[in-house]
Amino acid sequence: MASLEVSRSPRRSRRELEVRSPRQNKYSVLLPTYNERENLPLIVWLLVKSFSESGINYEIIIIDDGSPDGTRDVAEQLEKIYGSDRILLRPREKKLGLGTAYIHGMKHATGNYIIIMDADLSHHPKFIPEFIRKQKEGNFDIVSGTRYKGNGGVYGWDLKRKIISDGVLPYCPGWSLLGSSSDPPILASWDYSRGANFLTQILLRPGASDLTGSFRLYRKEVLEKLIEKCVSKGYVFQMEMIVRARQLNYTIGEVPISFVDRVYGESKLGGNEIVSFLKGLLTLFATT
Amino acid sequence: MTKLAQWLWGLAILGSTWAALTTGALGLELPLSCQEVLWPLPAYLLVSAGCYALGTVGYRVATFHDCEDAARELQSQIQEARADLARRGLRF
Repeated sequence: MASLEVSRSPRRSRRELEVRSPRQNKYSVLLPTYNERENLPLIVWLLVKSFSESGINYEIIIIDDGSPDGTRDVAEQLEKIYGSDRILLRPREKKLGLGTAYIHGMKHATGNYIIIMDADLSHHPKFIPEFIRKQKEGNFDIVSGTRYKGNGGVYGWDLKRKIISDGVLPYCPGWSLLGSSSDPPILASWDYSRGANFLTQILLRPGASDLTGSFRLYRKEVLEKLIEKCVSKGYVFQMEMIVRARQLNYTIGEVPISFVDRVYGESKLGGNEIVSFLKGLLTLFATT
Repeated sequence: MTKLAQWLWGLAILGSTWAALTTGALGLELPLSCQEVLWPLPAYLLVSAGCYALGTVGYRVATFHDCEDAARELQSQIQEARADLARRGLRF
């Protein structure tokens, strides 16, 4: 069983209350997008399929950061097809950080649980019912998808990439997501999630096997609290969420997921990325 | 206590124990064979930690699941989704 009880959460009494009153749970999916015109309809379709097959009450909140490729137009069409009670559009004018995208989305979320995931199809919605089952099973505050346990895994990674991801540093092609520049770090949807790594596990002992993964379910109030506490950007942000969660004694369950990477080859591992990642890691090491 | 502090504490305790024993500061007279082992012990530990790291990473890489099935399933679902969405009037 890939679950672990980190420790008991301090807000026990309220939860017992919650359990007693059989109010139906609602799950809000936050989908930050940037240039996902191709993928957005597909991920929404898969989400709707997964939720309706398992009879789960849900809503999908699309936070598009002013994509120039017409993502917003597609989102509007989807809203018409599935209804504005299921698909909520909460766009923003321009690219802003991931943390603020979650805050923005949560302001409009009516669910008591929040699911965050990438919109690029690397995270498959079929795992969400398993997340929910796992959450109920252990009454967890957070359920995190993991590529590094049980039947979890990846598709489309070559050996080099596996070594970097598994071992030392997260692999980070393309643009810098780590907030070293003046430009705010962004949702490169396919990329802020790479690389749980040995070094990080050794240094931080976080109590979760997939630190940089971004496919997770949170209690709404837990996510709010965590975002308020977190200061880092990009990859390190996902990592910090779990580290802070441990600090605050939240409980974390894990569900193995398969991660289908649709971006192949190309290994640009810039010195900048490495330096920024190490900086983030060391900051967490020294402050938590 | 931060992780950094935990590490520093651990290293300080181990390091001072080692230093005390090798320099004989406690007035303990260790047998010669023990001293011979003790003196290079930190180096041995460092090397074995390195081996452990390499071994762990190697093992994990070797046993990293390749999700071929998941990729195929996704491809077929994408076709299905495209068809269904087009039927519902979505202009891609």
